[in-house]
Amino acid sequence: MVSPHTMNGEKESVHMGKPKLEIKDVGKIFKTKTGETTALEKTSFTISEGEFVTILGPSGCGKSTVLRIVAGLEEATSGHVLLDGEAIHGPGPDRGMVFQSYTLYPWLTVKENITFGLKLNGVSQKERDDVARHYLQLIGLEGFEKHYPIQLSGGMKQRVAIARALANDPKILLMDEPFGALDAQTRNIMQEVLLKAWDESKKTILFITHDVDESIFLADSVYVMTARPGRLKKKVPIQLDRPREFSVKGTTEFAQYKEELLSLIREESLKSI
Amino acid sequence: MFTPNKEIPKTIYTSAGFLTFIIFLVIWSVLTYGGVVNALFLPTPTTVLATAIDLFANGSLLSDIGISFSRVLVGFLVAAAIGIPLGILMGSLRIMEGAFEPIIGFIRYMPASAFIPLLILWIGLGEAEKMSVIFLGTFFQLTLMIMDVTKNVQNELIEVSYTLGAKKVQLFTKVILPAALPGIVDTLRITFGWAWTYLVVAEIVGASSGLGYMIMQASRFLQPDKIIVGIIIIGLLGLLTDMIFKAIYRASFSWMRKDGL
Repeated sequence: MVSPHTMNGEKESVHMGKPKLEIKDVGKIFKTKTGETTALEKTSFTISEGEFVTILGPSGCGKSTVLRIVAGLEEATSGHVLLDGEAIHGPGPDRGMVFQSYTLYPWLTVKENITFGLKLNGVSQKERDDVARHYLQLIGLEGFEKHYPIQLSGGMKQRVAIARALANDPKILLMDEPFGALDAQTRNIMQEVLLKAWDESKKTILFITHDVDESIFLADSVYVMTARPGRLKKKVPIQLDRPREFSVKGTTEFAQYKEELLSLIREESLKSI
Repeated sequence: MFTPNKEIPKTIYTSAGFLTFIIFLVIWSVLTYGGVVNALFLPTPTTVLATAIDLFANGSLLSDIGISFSRVLVGFLVAAAIGIPLGILMGSLRIMEGAFEPIIGFIRYMPASAFIPLLILWIGLGEAEKMSVIFLGTFFQLTLMIMDVTKNVQNELIEVSYTLGAKKVQLFTKVILPAALPGIVDTLRITFGWAWTYLVVAEIVGASSGLGYMIMQASRFLQPDKIIVGIIIIGLLGLLTDMIFKAIYRASFSWMRKDGL
């Protein structure tokens, strides 16, 4: 999927692509009335071009903070974030984002939602139509282009949110527990939809989740985060074949990854109870 | 029928509303036709109806309605023209909220009617004074309500817009305004209703026309039937504008309904 020529990524990386996103000594301290709370200890890691990385951690471990800092929606107290070697300043269209809560524009149709970013940047109607058609097909929502978000199910809304982020052609896609509000069946289907979209678009993806199965199924690398203060505990490369089918969840390899991650997570969850 | 939150057939729902009106009319009739209350204080429904017809046919009722309506409309439109942009800015920019919220929160507790003597001193007895009373009665509440509506725009909707490349101005025009628009229209509907309630106050002093003036004159000459006609007409006009706003709301925001119609 990614050309294995450059070797300046991390050694254990499955994809030996050039570094897309570099997070260097990024930390976050919140000031509260009672003093300072460390939400995120100084954290460093690198994501290669085209890599799918998931961050797995218990709730309240600061995994969303990492993502929000990369998105530019929150400022780090220390360190810096490099995208293609350049420091980021504030939010921008080079980093697309999908939230857990539904963030479609309710007054726009599915098609208008998908092409919202393009329209902001003055892309022509003809080109927008082409892009919309492509992504409607990719997420399997042909025939729904004129629907409004209120007429869609939760899973459909998140499909549109993914299409909207991808249609803007960002350098990296940031996803903050995007399937967290969906039921288990829909969640499984959405994971497959996402993998298909990733495979087709060749995007680099940073995905936050607390669901162990989800993190393994999607990722090239899973980062396990510790709670309070948030810190990256371990990187677990997932060497399951691609493209992955739903059935991979029943294999012994998958079960082994799951056991490893569960025990890592369990130690952390116990600490935070 | 008496289970909380349980839906009932539409016919029963509508009938219940009619029934209340009929009970109201029956009580009025018993009190007046039955001679329980002196006709000098409460005229019969038929007297009121006859007076209304007479006022429409021979009096200046239509022109009074026109004048009152224009006063309410202009006073309210000026309040909305300033209050909507100010409220949106206060709801989205903390600096604007910090600057204006305290003073508006303070002034809104001052009764608009108490400003009338000052307004007469400042701008005389003309139309501007009447419209200013309507303005004072609605502007401050309207602005604060628009601020609240704007504040309720989902924060993630704003954040996701940044990640889609929205500039600051686009954020206002393409995201915050359309997201707040249904709430804004609803706020206008409610505050326009309040504007009507300030009409009589505005026309008590120094007016020589309008529905409020008519009511005050009728009081002076002990004509309760005319007073009641005036009150009912103001009520009907308020109801009519409310229905117009509801129609605008329904027509503009079909995206808020699942059937999309």
